[in-house]
Amino acid sequence: MGVTFYIAAAIAVLSTIMVLTRFNIMHALLWLVVSLLSVAVIFYLYGAPFMASLEIIVYAGAIMVLIIFFVMMLNLGPEMYRQEKQWLKPSLWLFPAVFCVILLGELVYLIAQNRTPATGIKVVEAKAVGLSLYGPYLLAVELSAMLLMAGIVGAYHLGRQKKKTVHRFLESNVS
Amino acid sequence: MTLAGILFTLGLVSMLIRRNMIFMLLSVEVMLNAAGLAFIVASSHWGQPDGQVMFMFILAMAAAEVSVGLALILQLYHQLKTLDSDAASRMTG
Repeated sequence: MGVTFYIAAAIAVLSTIMVLTRFNIMHALLWLVVSLLSVAVIFYLYGAPFMASLEIIVYAGAIMVLIIFFVMMLNLGPEMYRQEKQWLKPSLWLFPAVFCVILLGELVYLIAQNRTPATGIKVVEAKAVGLSLYGPYLLAVELSAMLLMAGIVGAYHLGRQKKKTVHRFLESNVS
Repeated sequence: MTLAGILFTLGLVSMLIRRNMIFMLLSVEVMLNAAGLAFIVASSHWGQPDGQVMFMFILAMAAAEVSVGLALILQLYHQLKTLDSDAASRMTG
């Protein structure tokens, strides 16, 4: 528990600091993925392997892809090509890659060791989570379904481009 | 638990000092993540599944929040041609 937890925690804090101090949004996203992965390793350490996989799939997978597509959609102009060359420099992806390799090694070590977690930590199985989720928390599940539905509708409504109804001779004056 | 506090504080500080909207959204993500970490640690400390259930709700909420927030940023970008949050402080139609 001890050493592995501190390594993962140090990587989490470092990569979060790197997220917050980057000026390029793509670099920040790369570091944020590293931070989420290290938090997932900490979840695994704390006896929640199902939550660790959910963290990777939903956070580091879905939400990051959403933000990356959004950044692409903004299409920040012709300097993208110049930046594209810069992005392929190894100094940018080297440290995130090294951190990811460290986290992966830690996880493989933990799985291969296959011991019970340290004292004071109780493993909560996914079965108990499922039983609790659809038992006493059924109303909250319905509410989160409604929240997701509202999120879909709201994102569609807000993200829609308005059709221009202005007459084409007036259009030049408007802008 | 201390780690969750540190991560939450980092997210909060970044939220306050950055003026780029996407970075503000990212720092909200960091803060939500720290809250989820606190839930997981508490859940394993007491051996109850409630904390993990709460973490799943945090995940669902974060997904909905990100999608709506990104749509709002998109609209603001088309209106104002910038991602500066100070430019949107007036909200005059």
